[in-house]
Amino acid sequence: MSKAKFGVVVFPGSNCDHDAYNTLKNILNQDTEYLWHKNSTIGNRNVIILPGGFSYGDYLRCGAIARFSPIMKDVIRHASNGGIVIGVCNGFQILCEAGLLPGALLRNASLKFVCKNVKLKIENKNSIFTSAFSENPEFKTGKLTVPVAHGDGNYICDSDTLKMLNENNQVVFRYETNPNGSTDNIAGLMNKQGNILGMMPHPERASEQIVGLNDGRYLFESVINSIN
Amino acid sequence: MYSAKIKVTLRKSILDPQGKAVEHSIQSLGYNNILDTRIGKYIELKINTSSDEEARIITDEVCKKLLANPVMEDYNFEVANINDK
Repeated sequence: MSKAKFGVVVFPGSNCDHDAYNTLKNILNQDTEYLWHKNSTIGNRNVIILPGGFSYGDYLRCGAIARFSPIMKDVIRHASNGGIVIGVCNGFQILCEAGLLPGALLRNASLKFVCKNVKLKIENKNSIFTSAFSENPEFKTGKLTVPVAHGDGNYICDSDTLKMLNENNQVVFRYETNPNGSTDNIAGLMNKQGNILGMMPHPERASEQIVGLNDGRYLFESVINSIN
Repeated sequence: MYSAKIKVTLRKSILDPQGKAVEHSIQSLGYNNILDTRIGKYIELKINTSSDEEARIITDEVCKKLLANPVMEDYNFEVANINDK
């Protein structure tokens, strides 16, 4: 039995929580629970997913209000102690707002919501989020295809931060073709310690062939392998 | 009682695509002397205090913690005593 215990946080307005739960519980057969955002602790969960969606209707700024939900105190504690946290789309925005990842996500440069499949280049093949791609000959080109669906995915940070991200191999994924104006084509990045991942594309929406794509599941498999 | 009027704008160094789109639209109306259009947020709140200094401190804290994200936004505000109104 896998030692991974996934917790999928549900904020008011989350809408990829079910995709994440389905991928982990039904496709990958992992111990998975939803965590209501008003809970004060993450309980015995050791991998936290902050799902995509529109928490609090994206009021004020995407993720700005969810960042102060009661459960976030314990998520920050978990992350600061080296616990694994994955933020997808709105979850990535929440991680940036919470200061767990550097930078911020601005309105797409086109001002349009983008919803399509994109090709990502795996920039860091040795992270706990990408190891299963390296082991799979299907990904020998170092590329995967997953969907994006966001209006605010234009990643920005100051030049010192960008230098640090590149020097420490913190950029995990880059877009092959930039859909949103993101600095340096950054699609996903992790903290320096490598236990917190934020990404705009949706691996949880591309994890079984029945939906057309299953490249995303290898991200979760990597995490599962890193724990066992 | 004090009121605070807060303006939050994208930092100068950050391209504001929404501002640019509006600027182009203004220029298409024939106003060729309109430059540097920037779009921001305006927030009003009331603070239950009798101290001007406290009103400023609280407003500044709330801006820092929640209303503005220092990575991408600047803010400024005015506070005013509204007891007499």
